[in-house]
Amino acid sequence: MQTASTPTMPDAGGRQILLSHFDDLDQQHLSSNLGMWFFLVSEVMFFSGLIAAYAVYRAQSPVAFELASKHMDLVIGFINTLVLLTSSFTMALAVRCSQVGDNKGIVRYLIATGVLGTVFLGVKATEWKAEIDHHLFPGAHFVVPAEDAKAMQEASVGPDGQLDRTLYARTLGHFQMMFALYFFMTGVHAFHMIVGIAAVGIFAVLAQIRWFSGYGTTQIEVLGLYWHFVDVVWVFLYPLLYLIG
Amino acid sequence: MSASAHARHDDGPPADYLSDTSVASWLLTTDHKRVGILYMFSVTAFFLVGGFIAALMRLELMTPKGDVMATPDAYNRMFTMHGVIMIFFFLVPSIPGVLGNFLLPLMIGARDLAFPKINLLSWYVYMIGGVMGVYILVFGGVDTGWTFYTPFSTMYSNTMVVTAAVAVFITGFSSILTGLNFIVTVHTMRAPGMTWFRLPLFVWSHYATALIMVLGTPVLAISVILIALERFFHFGVFDPKLGGDPILFQHLFWFYSHPAVYIMVLPGFAVISEIIPCFARRPIFGYRFVAFASVAIAIFGFLVWGHHMFVSGQSMYAGAVFSILSFLVAIPSAIKVFNWTATLYKGSLRFDTPMLYAMGFMGLFTIGGLTGLMLASLAIDVHVHDTYFVVAHFHYIMVGGTTMAYLGGIHFWWPKMTGRTYSELWGKLSALLVFVGFNLTFFPQFLLGYLGMPRRYFEYRPEFQVLNVMSTAGASILAVGFLLPLTYLLLSLRKPRDAGPNPWGATGLEWQVESPPTTHNFHQPVLVTCEPYMYSPEEAEREYANGQHAHHA
Repeated sequence: MQTASTPTMPDAGGRQILLSHFDDLDQQHLSSNLGMWFFLVSEVMFFSGLIAAYAVYRAQSPVAFELASKHMDLVIGFINTLVLLTSSFTMALAVRCSQVGDNKGIVRYLIATGVLGTVFLGVKATEWKAEIDHHLFPGAHFVVPAEDAKAMQEASVGPDGQLDRTLYARTLGHFQMMFALYFFMTGVHAFHMIVGIAAVGIFAVLAQIRWFSGYGTTQIEVLGLYWHFVDVVWVFLYPLLYLIG
Repeated sequence: MSASAHARHDDGPPADYLSDTSVASWLLTTDHKRVGILYMFSVTAFFLVGGFIAALMRLELMTPKGDVMATPDAYNRMFTMHGVIMIFFFLVPSIPGVLGNFLLPLMIGARDLAFPKINLLSWYVYMIGGVMGVYILVFGGVDTGWTFYTPFSTMYSNTMVVTAAVAVFITGFSSILTGLNFIVTVHTMRAPGMTWFRLPLFVWSHYATALIMVLGTPVLAISVILIALERFFHFGVFDPKLGGDPILFQHLFWFYSHPAVYIMVLPGFAVISEIIPCFARRPIFGYRFVAFASVAIAIFGFLVWGHHMFVSGQSMYAGAVFSILSFLVAIPSAIKVFNWTATLYKGSLRFDTPMLYAMGFMGLFTIGGLTGLMLASLAIDVHVHDTYFVVAHFHYIMVGGTTMAYLGGIHFWWPKMTGRTYSELWGKLSALLVFVGFNLTFFPQFLLGYLGMPRRYFEYRPEFQVLNVMSTAGASILAVGFLLPLTYLLLSLRKPRDAGPNPWGATGLEWQVESPPTTHNFHQPVLVTCEPYMYSPEEAEREYANGQHAHHA
């Protein structure tokens, strides 16, 4: 934080520091919040290009996307979704604690949030490992499972009863494209989770040593916005990737 | 506008923002004005590097045979580096980074941007990207063109594509941070009385620019990451053999890179909207139209990316829709040009250096815009696609538009930034040389392109030589025109501070504080009570008649 001018230093009661270029605390709080909201708008655009690509290719080869989606583990995905939503709940509690000045609560719920986030990543990692072991990571060693290839071949038979080779090749390609999008989108999401967990951890330490002025109401609220956003992204990714099969 | 209320009582006279000269005070500064100056040094350096490469290319193209550069591949690397440096490290950060950072808080009556540290961070992030860019230039280069088109960039090019992609990715974040800062600052930091419709148009244009930065840049980031992943893992996203789609890259890339054109040119509009009323001594004509035109350009700009892909196999219907939408962008752009022109009407014109640059901008931008309409029509685009016609068109926008506006803005606000005036004679000469040199460089390229000379080749058929020699001759004049301001502006720093707070008699809060401004900008709380651009041509005429050449608006 920037060194503030004299009358705005924090006191034992946890009054909030006013940075010297703001007029009052409301303006400062509003600016931080608005900054995070616009950053999240920017974040939406990170995913929107990919989701648009997903929509286009799925519209072209719905069969390939459905078959690929069958390889994702619905149950594990569901449990992971629950874990993540719970972490949003604990994050919301941490924000609430910062508003009512319960420092212990802040630390407790931030740690809980971080732990739940880590659990999510751990589960995700085992999923990735299983998929990579099944040669489903796109690239040189990607293998289309035989039963999927057969199903796509059947779906590519033209009205004349002959196999439409162009269509078949495109469907096979889009089968792999689905996995490319899957790994990339969940990868970008996981990267955001890692950043979020690191930030939550740092904030927990800072709250523990009472580094924040005013119980960090503004900072923790802004962190909360980010965390909820990462959750919401998952809420979109889960149905798009897991539930279409 | 008037600043009122009681003065704050500080100890001693407040220091101006330049008074602390230690290196650490510059590198660790969070003062928006100092960050602006840091950006000014950096973009100038990158401009000189990019310009030097352009000079080499023009030398190469003086003769139909390749002779200056050893191989066609060296030429490919040159035009790529010219594009990458000029677009990502000069044009995108130039006006927002330098003038926007310096002026935005001053214009709205704030002490700083909302996030001063993030502002400094944006400069560092930009410098990391920039240093990587120079590293690439020195240690090998990239030969894909600044557009990084797949599958060449992902499968065939043996150059430093990944490094370049990462450099562009990193620089993108600097842009996002600047954009965030501007948006939040305009929303929350306006002084009492500074309503949205009392904002100088400079601020409106920068707001629209910031919106594009925040919304567009992430898509570019994703597309260059995909390039890097594709090269590392052979992911197959852009590889048709693996079911990928090279055209997907073009969609993602142009979704950012067409709006990026407006990131580059909207700040130019910002500068011109300040200069024209000041030197015409008239309030801007149609304030709200100009303000909303900026926002309209930002919105329409996101809907036209497909006009770069008319010949890439997209459907005829998509092409037609993108063509129509591209024509629509001309409406807000034309609104601006017509309103500036209407502002001049019955004004009391003064042709100082900034005004000469602004007039140059209006002419050149108009040519660039109208040829843009030609390119937006499907049939002509198929004929001139990837020819020098396109090269000339976007240089009329980027150099004739943005760079002219940047230089005009630097000349306009130089007294404010440094406290010094510069030689008007040399200033006018530089504006003239840039205008003449620019037209001689790029007008022949319209003809070359129309005659069918393709871009990005280092050899050409002999019948194109006359026009190419003209272009190279123009480039040398242009180079002198660009080096002149560098010289006399730097020399002006040796003089005592002679500018005074308001050498142009301009309205606007930034002209009511000292030159150079103090660290916290304003000595007393700012209260805004009137519209911007309260100029009066009649008053200017009276002053002129009385021989009072110094203006006091």
